Amino acid sequence: MATLVISQSPVGGFSFENCKRNAVLEGEANKVGCSLPAARKTGTTICGVVFKDGVILGADTRATEGMIVADKNCSKIHYISPNIYCCGAGTAADTEMTTQIISSNLELHALSTGRLPRVATANRMLKQMLFRYQGYIGAALVLGGMDCNGPHLYSIYPHGSTDKLPYVTMGSGSLAAMAVFEDRYKPDMEEEEAKRLVRDAIAAGIFNDLGSGSNIDLCVITKGKLDYIRPHDEANKKGVRRVNELEGDRPTGDYKYKRGTTGVLSKTTLNLEVVEETVQTMDTS
Amino acid sequence: MISSHTLADPGKMRDYHYTGPVEHRFSPYSFNGGTVLAVAGEDFAIVASDTRLSEGYSIHSRDSPKCYKLTDTTVIGCSGFHGDCLTLTKIIDARLKMYKHSNNKTMTSGAIAAMLSTILYGRRFFPYYVYNIIGGLDEHGKGAVYSFDPVGSYQRDTYKAGGSASAMLQPLLDNQIGFKNMEGVQHVPLTQDKAVQLVKDVFISAAERDVYTGDALRVCIITKEGISEQTIPLRKD
Repeated sequence: MATLVISQSPVGGFSFENCKRNAVLEGEANKVGCSLPAARKTGTTICGVVFKDGVILGADTRATEGMIVADKNCSKIHYISPNIYCCGAGTAADTEMTTQIISSNLELHALSTGRLPRVATANRMLKQMLFRYQGYIGAALVLGGMDCNGPHLYSIYPHGSTDKLPYVTMGSGSLAAMAVFEDRYKPDMEEEEAKRLVRDAIAAGIFNDLGSGSNIDLCVITKGKLDYIRPHDEANKKGVRRVNELEGDRPTGDYKYKRGTTGVLSKTTLNLEVVEETVQTMDTS
Repeated sequence: MISSHTLADPGKMRDYHYTGPVEHRFSPYSFNGGTVLAVAGEDFAIVASDTRLSEGYSIHSRDSPKCYKLTDTTVIGCSGFHGDCLTLTKIIDARLKMYKHSNNKTMTSGAIAAMLSTILYGRRFFPYYVYNIIGGLDEHGKGAVYSFDPVGSYQRDTYKAGGSASAMLQPLLDNQIGFKNMEGVQHVPLTQDKAVQLVKDVFISAAERDVYTGDALRVCIITKEGISEQTIPLRKD
């Protein structure tokens, strides 16, 4: 009796072999003492709330690389379509590229249908993409917008699950922001009250979470009107170095260097010889 | 009879479900953040620290200064694991009292530094997770700064930064106080006012970029008249 070994038929779908390879490489790098460059994460507090006439999205503006602030004023509310915006937490590159890909596909889709895109469509596209990558795309999103069926708000997790809710928060500061929402959210709020609520939720994240900071950005989406308010609230101004009386010829607190402070070791000048000169006009209209 | 062996699928993700009991070690240490800085002048010394106590992404306290007064002429700044900071300062206080009672005089800054080195090395194999910097006046009334590592190695410095933002502050101090990497600059000795101003500016900048530094800055200025303290606010986010 012959025992046949049937070779494996080619498996469809994605191969995640590179992830194992990356883990091995990281282990080897750590053995030598160096570490691979860390992806920039956004730390972050993002949130969204549905009010009487629409949806308000809010976000802080700090991007961290480890525990150092990489960007003090980055924009976390991304454009998807004229009536749909998306806040992103997690790996900065992932949120940026994912929202851009879906925005582009949604625009093509809208041209094909001839209708204004719906929030549920953007949600479906985002979750299907994130699920396809099995959580390796570290993007946690708050998707909000206004379409023919009214205001909609979704939270989307990196593995591809979504929740449709009247108020959501994501990011490292989500607990601080959710505490504010659970205290003061009411259905059918007015616009000003809802803006104050979102502002306070993000402020709670900014002041109580080390991964979030700087300013508060807001995006108010209603039927026919879009307000992208950046910054809505400059909650933290850059510290001012105090300028005291003059010392010598410059005030203290001024850290500029005089010309010549950087020593020049050597200088070589190459004289270029002009061989030919022509003029070519260019139409700049 | 034909049997088929399905080879282990190389492309398939090992699913990360229950893998059996995994031992999680209890870590006796935790990192509570904070930055300390000390500068020695001709007849003064400055010890400054921020007042934020944090753990992970949370803040425990916005008002927990890391400078501790030891004698009328010495202040110590401790950052790292707050539990060990508290215990270490208690031990130093007790040892100072013992010295006072047996030798009938207060310990000098240099003596405190030498003693701290032996206290820290005594725990060489279960260290105090504390980065110490002592600032004070020596026997001749000149400013002195002693910087330590967690197991007791120390040296006398003119200026030193320690703690979470030390890598950001130390190069700036090297340039502004040590006049490093500059040419054709007059080496003017540091006045007390300029030093205090520099310390404040340097912490304002550190609070911009380090998440563990912020809330408020406590500056202790040690002169032969005594120890004066100032508190200035920093970014709270």
